[in-house]
This record gives sequence, C-alpha cells and structure tokens, in this order.
Amino acid sequence: MVDVAAPAPLADASQQAVAAVPNKLEVRNLTIRYGSEAALRDVSLSIREHEIFGIIGPANAGKTSFLKAINRMDVFTSGMRVDGEIHFAGRDTRRLNNVYALRSRIGVVFPLPVGLPMTVYDNVALSPRLRGIKEKAELDVIVQRCLTRAALWDEVKDRLNALGSLLSGGQQQRLTIARALSQEPDLLMLDEFSIAVDPVTTMRIEDVLKELRQEVTIILVTNLVQQARRLADRTAFFLGGECVEIGVTEDLFTGEVKDQRTRDYVEGRFG
Amino acid sequence: MATANPTMFQASDLNHHNERVQRRYRLLFGLMTLLLITPVMLILGTLVVKGGGAISWEFLLTAPTDGMRTGGVFPALLGTIWLVTVALILSVPIGIFAAIYLSEYAGDNWFTRTINLAIINLAGVPSIVHALFGLGAFVLFFEFGTSILAASLTLAVMTMPVVIVATRESLQAVPPAFREACWNMGATRWQTIRRVVLPNSITGILTGVILEVSRTAGETAPIMFTGAVFFTPFLPQSVFDQTMALSLHLFVTATQVPGIEEQVPFGVALVLIALVLTMNSVSIAFRMWLRGKKKW
Repeated sequence: MVDVAAPAPLADASQQAVAAVPNKLEVRNLTIRYGSEAALRDVSLSIREHEIFGIIGPANAGKTSFLKAINRMDVFTSGMRVDGEIHFAGRDTRRLNNVYALRSRIGVVFPLPVGLPMTVYDNVALSPRLRGIKEKAELDVIVQRCLTRAALWDEVKDRLNALGSLLSGGQQQRLTIARALSQEPDLLMLDEFSIAVDPVTTMRIEDVLKELRQEVTIILVTNLVQQARRLADRTAFFLGGECVEIGVTEDLFTGEVKDQRTRDYVEGRFG
Repeated sequence: MATANPTMFQASDLNHHNERVQRRYRLLFGLMTLLLITPVMLILGTLVVKGGGAISWEFLLTAPTDGMRTGGVFPALLGTIWLVTVALILSVPIGIFAAIYLSEYAGDNWFTRTINLAIINLAGVPSIVHALFGLGAFVLFFEFGTSILAASLTLAVMTMPVVIVATRESLQAVPPAFREACWNMGATRWQTIRRVVLPNSITGILTGVILEVSRTAGETAPIMFTGAVFFTPFLPQSVFDQTMALSLHLFVTATQVPGIEEQVPFGVALVLIALVLTMNSVSIAFRMWLRGKKKW
C-alpha cells in the first residue's frame, strides 16, 4: 500500500513527467566479480531523484554487491572487481579521486544494526564531526534532529550518554538510520534493514522512509517482497547476479511482468 | 502434551554419569589452578620472609658499600627505572605504529605474511641472542659503548615483537562492522582508527605493554653486555652513561660476593618484584580509569 500522505508516487505519473525527473544514479553495464566468479552481470539501470527504488531477490542475487559498488566500498574488499560505469549526480564514480566525499553523500544502513561502541550522542555526532563541525550547539541540533527523524529521540533523549551498542536491536537500527541521516545524504541505501527488527519497529521505520522520500533518494534492498510493495516507487528484481526486470512496483505485483520468473518470485512460488 | 509424564524429570543413568564426569573435570581444572598459584605464593612468601628484614628506607635510598656487603640498592633501582623507561619510549611507539600498519593498512599478501611470521619468530628468540646482537650492533657498530642507550635499545628490540603481536591482536578484536560503518560515512582509514578502532582496543594494547614492563625490568642477559655494570660509584646522568641494574645486582649479590648476609640478595629480589608490581598496578589503574571513562 502506498501511503496516501506521501506525494503522488511516480507510479501514477505519465511517461513524460517521469522523463522530467533527473536521474540521481545511472548504472551502465555493471559487472562485479569476486575472483573469477561473477556476483552481478551486466546490470544497467537508472534511479531518479527522490524515488524509493526497491531491489528484491533471493540470497546471492548480487544485491549487496550492487550497493557496495555504488559507494566504492569495493576497495576494502579484497578480490572484488567492478567493471562498468556508475554515475552519481552526473559524475562517474569509478573515476572519482575523492571517494570520501562520495561516501559521505551516501548513507548506508546494514542488515544487522551497528551501534558503534560510543555514546548515543557520539554515534550521531560522528559524521558531522568528521566533516569538521566542532560547535557543541550545532552538534546538539543535528543530533536531536536526526534522532527525531529516525523515530528514536523520545526513547533516548534522557540517556544520550549511554553506550549506543547497549541499546536494543530495534533501537540500534534506528540509531544506525539516525547516523546515516546525520551525513545529510543525497542517497540513502538500506540493505535488508528489517532483518533484526521487530515488526512494530519495522513499520515505524517504514513511515520514516516515506517521509524521507521528499528529501533524499532511497535504494531499498529487501527480501520481504511486501516491504518493497509498501514502499518502493519502482522495483528491480535481481536473481543470481542478473537484473531480471525493472518496473513500476505496482505493475510487478499485479502481474504486469515481462519475465515469468519475476511473477513466480513475487507470488512466492520460488523453489 | 497435557498429561504429565512422571519419569520425564527423573535423572537417568546417563544424567548421573554426565554429572560425575563434569565434577571430575571441574576438580582437575581447579587443582591445576591451585598448582599454578602455589609456586607464585611460595616465591613471594620466601622473599618476604627472608628479605623483608633487609628492606628499609636506607636500603632503598643509599648506594652499596663495603663491596656490596652493606648499604643499599639505590643506584641499581634507579638504573632499572632508567633502562625500562628508555626501552619503553623506544619500543612502544614503534611497536604500536607498526602493528596499526600491519592490522589496518597492509593488505594480505605474501610480503605482510612474511613480516608477520618474522615477528612471531623474533618474539621467540632467546634473550642471550639479543644480548649478543645488542653488543655487536649498538655497543660496537654504532659506537654507543656500554651505556643505558645501548642496553635500552637491546631491550627495545627484544620487546618490540611482543608489543606488535599484542597490539595487533587487540586491534583485530575490534569487529570489522565498526570499521565498515565508519568507512561508509566517508571516514578515512586514519579517522576510523582514531575514532573507533583505537578507543576500543586501547585496553588490550595496554595489557600487552604492561606484560612487557615486567619482562623488561627482570631481563639480565641483554643488559649485562650492553650497559649494566656490577658496580659504579656514579649515578647515571644521561643515556650515554653506564648504570647498575636490579636484575644484575641480584645476580652479583647472590653469587659473586663472598660473606654477604643472606638477607641482602633476597631484599634485592623483593625490591625488583615490588618495582614490577608497582609499575603494573599503575598501568592497570590507568586501564581501569580508561575503561570507566568509556562506560564499558
């Protein structure tokens, strides 16, 4: 279900209106290999400004590798080779010298929450501090704003000096989201964020994401197809390193698919 | 499900057997621990009983007289503090920085694997070999002569591998997910090390350093060829002077001085152990203070 409060989803927009929205991310012929094994083969797609782009698919589909390639985390993974082009905000990220600037524009949320072993406050203030913000008052404002937007402020406002890694799993995941937001990212990538989170918290985070759509572009990797249906404007189906299909989310779920495999996966008929 | 099975919670023969076996193992482990503590307690006890009588402020703060038969241990005590301090100043920064490089920067290839292997082997080299190396390298080749500098350098070379191994292990105990979270935010490797990795490994690193302090203070072979002397009437003024040292002084008073009172060498040993324990306690207190600050 698409939130009625959200701005008109792109799904309803005409082809012309869609073309008017600039592409945030353009991926051309992306192939990712680990050693001689390909994790992703020849994927081309574009992600528009301010859309939630869902990626669904079973394990080993290449979803996480795709995210890693976007913010150039491949340099930290030995044996990972990336071929093809990834244009972010018009720049070819493969030829970017300042990868730190790129990564700071992209917030990432991992499957398992990573509460850094520092206080809740420091967790959220880390990224602003890395950018050189030292003023306590300014940091206070950022911390409160990010924690509020991640739907965590009310629960932790009295213990900002408690250790972030001692929060509960669901709280830590929202802390991770607050930390990603503190980067003031252009692009937010969530990798199966709800794995370690209870359903109620998941719903709260999903509400947060719907609001965030107005400000940032979001890539939502999920293995819960219904989550993609609830949130994503468009969805891509990855399978075994291949991008099988990209389409308006609602079309994928109403059976307007080009590939039978997509229909099978979405309907849960996958062996 | 609803009807309770009366025998369900009754111990079977297998349960009894398992319980007996587990008790036997607990006894074994406990005895081994006791066995471990016993010699330590015996040594400490003997030292206190036999050497306690020698300890006085005069013993600690005066130089030995009458061919070391009377007087105190002050020059040796001061010398050991000199040697340990200079050795740590030389080895700890280099060791920790090298460990950070190996753990956080260097890739996993044949070159770094060779270095790691070399470090582990170096940690196992007997101290007498280090002593001869120090004599050849620092005393003769670099012409430092027998001096605190040459002796401390020898001790530093000897302790560095252990500092590196201990540091690297505490760095690698920091979960990779922490680093990745930080890198993903656009942090450089150094920012990640400074803000996340080091704060979470510093207690482990300090433990490694603490162990090294004890070892360095007690070493005799590496310093007797390179900077420590049996007796000198002068206190060291700089790192280029020779010095007395507690460990060597213990060897001398215990074996080389005829007609010495028995309590003197025991007293020297007691001072040496007390010095090591004091240094350790200071480091442990510092470590606990760091931990408290982190609200671990």
